[in-house]
Amino acid sequence: MPYGPHAADDRARMLETIGIDSVDALFDDIPEALRAGPLALDEPEPELELSVRLQALAGRNRTDLASFLGAGAYRHWTPAVVDQMLLRGEWYTAYTPYQPEVSQGTLQSIYEYQSLLAALTGLDVVSASHYDGGAATAEAALMTCRATRRDRILVSRAVHPHYRETLETYAEGAGLAAEEIPLVAEGPLAGTTDLTALERLLADPERPVAGVVAAQPNVLGLLEDMGEIGRLAHGAGALFVSVIEPVSLAVLAPPGEYGADIAAGEGQPLGIPLGYGGPYLGIVACSDALIRQIPGRLVGMTTDQDGRRAFVMTMRAREQDIRREKAASNICTNQALLALAASIYLSAIGPHGLRDVAATGASRAADLEAALAGAGAPRLHGAPYLNELVVRVPDARAVHARLLERGILAGIPTADLLPDEPALADGLLVCATEVTTGAEIDRFAAALRAELAGMPVAGGAA
Amino acid sequence: MSVVGERLQPTIFELSRPGRGGGKIPHPPKDALDRIPASARRATPAALPELSEPEVTRHYVNLSQLNYSVDTGFYPLGSCTMKYNPKINEWAARLPGFAGLHPMAPDAVAQGTLQLLHELEGMLAEISGMDAVTLQPAAGAHGELTGILMIRAYHRSRGDVDRDEVLVPDSSHGTNPATATMAGFRTITIPSASDGGVDIDAFKAALGPRTAAIMITNPSTLGLFERRIGELLEATHAAGALAYMDGANLNAILGHFRPGAAGFDVMHFNVHKTFSTPHGGGGPGAGPVGVRAHLVPFLPAPRVIREDDGSYRLERPGERPASIGRMRSFFGSTGVLVRAYAYIRAHGGSGLREVSDDAVLAANYLKVRLRDTYQVPFDRPCKHEFVASAADIKHRTGVRTLDIAKRLIDKGYHPPTIYFPLTVEEGMLIEPTETESLETLDAFADALIEIAHEADADPDLVKSAPHLAPVKRLDEATAARQPNLRWRGMTGAQMPCPD
Repeated sequence: MPYGPHAADDRARMLETIGIDSVDALFDDIPEALRAGPLALDEPEPELELSVRLQALAGRNRTDLASFLGAGAYRHWTPAVVDQMLLRGEWYTAYTPYQPEVSQGTLQSIYEYQSLLAALTGLDVVSASHYDGGAATAEAALMTCRATRRDRILVSRAVHPHYRETLETYAEGAGLAAEEIPLVAEGPLAGTTDLTALERLLADPERPVAGVVAAQPNVLGLLEDMGEIGRLAHGAGALFVSVIEPVSLAVLAPPGEYGADIAAGEGQPLGIPLGYGGPYLGIVACSDALIRQIPGRLVGMTTDQDGRRAFVMTMRAREQDIRREKAASNICTNQALLALAASIYLSAIGPHGLRDVAATGASRAADLEAALAGAGAPRLHGAPYLNELVVRVPDARAVHARLLERGILAGIPTADLLPDEPALADGLLVCATEVTTGAEIDRFAAALRAELAGMPVAGGAA
Repeated sequence: MSVVGERLQPTIFELSRPGRGGGKIPHPPKDALDRIPASARRATPAALPELSEPEVTRHYVNLSQLNYSVDTGFYPLGSCTMKYNPKINEWAARLPGFAGLHPMAPDAVAQGTLQLLHELEGMLAEISGMDAVTLQPAAGAHGELTGILMIRAYHRSRGDVDRDEVLVPDSSHGTNPATATMAGFRTITIPSASDGGVDIDAFKAALGPRTAAIMITNPSTLGLFERRIGELLEATHAAGALAYMDGANLNAILGHFRPGAAGFDVMHFNVHKTFSTPHGGGGPGAGPVGVRAHLVPFLPAPRVIREDDGSYRLERPGERPASIGRMRSFFGSTGVLVRAYAYIRAHGGSGLREVSDDAVLAANYLKVRLRDTYQVPFDRPCKHEFVASAADIKHRTGVRTLDIAKRLIDKGYHPPTIYFPLTVEEGMLIEPTETESLETLDAFADALIEIAHEADADPDLVKSAPHLAPVKRLDEATAARQPNLRWRGMTGAQMPCPD
């Protein structure tokens, strides 16, 4: 056994103390008919061979492409100090701080995380973390139902489809109704949430709405009129959930400022690797009024018996280990280490650095827009965007596949992302961040120009 | 001397001074944001701290040293399986090919990760005796919700819509009843039997046409294997209900008992327990779920498919229409799953069985070492953990289990799980795991025995513990009554942006 601690005679000494001859005696309580035979798994692999195997598998993934892919997960540069700190065993091999006297590091780091995200969102209460942006959005929607004692949720079609699907799974289980708010199909506001439709959906007196869920920026990269969505929701007695992207909050109005009651979102952009989907960081924040409804752990500042400042998990009567079937959620294990990563990232990059990250992404995206327009793929929408945009490309799926052969990961075809939107049949959702280079943009534009001109791929994959 | 660092730290907000830090990112052009309408812009900068990198480093290093951890000492936290976290796992998850892969990358770009995930599904299916596995759930509780929603979908698909009850034992994890509620079920709590196990007869009596599922942790949260599990599974199926196994205690039975082969319909794995992925101060974990064949249509989407030509792909939207849908965005906590894969490969089938052998051996050894000093309520071999009770000590000296736990900190150990399960008075749930040496186990037993003597000789010494920690016991009442959940001292960056 590779990590076993026992010297040659240790097991024998332990067996002797117990008073048995063989460890098998300790498994006598498993009924004979139900005992397992040998597991049909490969032989144990020595670390040297295992490391070769893992390297080979990692090498089968292609991360050498010029990538313009975003859609809910974003390439960012992370200062080296973040991972150096995360690699300390005192962080990653500890567990939930049930014993606060020997867990002040984790507890203070969570308190600091809550404070940092409160500053970014402009809201009062931030949970210690949730699984990811999708589950966080679903839990936020459930919060609106508990708080209003209503059972109908309206979610914009411009919320990430994975989040909507997760929300629907959770709502179905809880016996709640989740309905979609359509998008504006054409005109200057095309691609944003249809506020007229929202007003109509909110107006049904027989079916009062618990919560309205919309994203800023939305999944097409567009900026929504969040203030107006909030006003409409509140006018109907509903709560307003804003789905946020945290880096953008360095430059965009925070949810607390435009009247959101809850913010939910994906914290991955804050120093967390893409890692094919996780582990990520679900953000849930809310106003003080909703503090009893927020799921997951909360850490508060207090004092010890000698009056020293200290931190502790608090308001635990919401949680499953205390309240069991009456808990606000079943969440137990969360994403504490990723919340720590976000905190270290924010501490290292600072307020001006975060603004620079967001603004540089916006600047590179404008360069990308110009370059792709020059290559024959103009922007599809008219509403303002931050760093992600849709360009019009006829037969986008096929072009996307062929650009891959040219070494370009050309975002995602909008027809794959939102298949039920005819207006998005011919689009690519592309993204730029501070790590996108001018050279990559030039390569993309050149490859697209060649593709649209029907030129063959020269020399195979880049 | 304290087992953790003793120097409390200022918050990052107190360390902040205007103008510190910066220089990480080139400045964007001044007009970068001009095209964003003012109405969508932030009016005042976010009140984030300004720190230099040396300060950031010291802050997080010093804070880390206030933590007890597996890498620094013995952490016998029952029900959590705080085993050693192999370092190759950390290395593997950080390989650029894994860490840099975008979750929406086309399948052709992601073949290495997809192959790893597909192989891991197969390994977990073999270990559990299940027919298929989803890797999507992010934690054990998330896996429970996934499993119970699949059970709900299964019954509904058969037109069996009146089953609205889930049976759980009173010794279950709180996540079980909380999960049942989230999936729209009523929880029926079944009291434990006097032998510490699930009361099989009470369960059988409660089973009926309204039972959707039973949720069983096996071995139980008392560390005891349910000897009559076969009988209970038969009765469950005879009543038309399905059986869910909470796999939190899988570390006890690897290669000894395969829940799917024994008749469980669904189970979740806690890879952060059984398969050594780090607990991260509370997370991340991952909670894959295994199911028998009749539940495969309901698995969350997407699954990984292996094509005949040996290539891998994700399921396409709508490919399996009966699926309960998504439980989260993207594929799952892949970085955690890479670590679990490495752990399983490092052990192979024989090594995993040895893991359970040694985990169970260590727990029984500790139990024997402690049984003359503490009460060990159930006189039968335990599995990977056991409950010791300080009820006698409390009646004799007034020293409670909480006090003993705090005194263990002074002796250099993380306390066990205390007051869980609630069915044992003054209980301590002790789980040593297979990665602790005999010397460590002996020293821990000696420490607990010494504390029992201290309770007789000087009860106040124990009641006022810990004495050797950076802080004493905390004022939790005020923390809850007047919650202070964020720093309110920062008013925003004081300096104009340097560009």
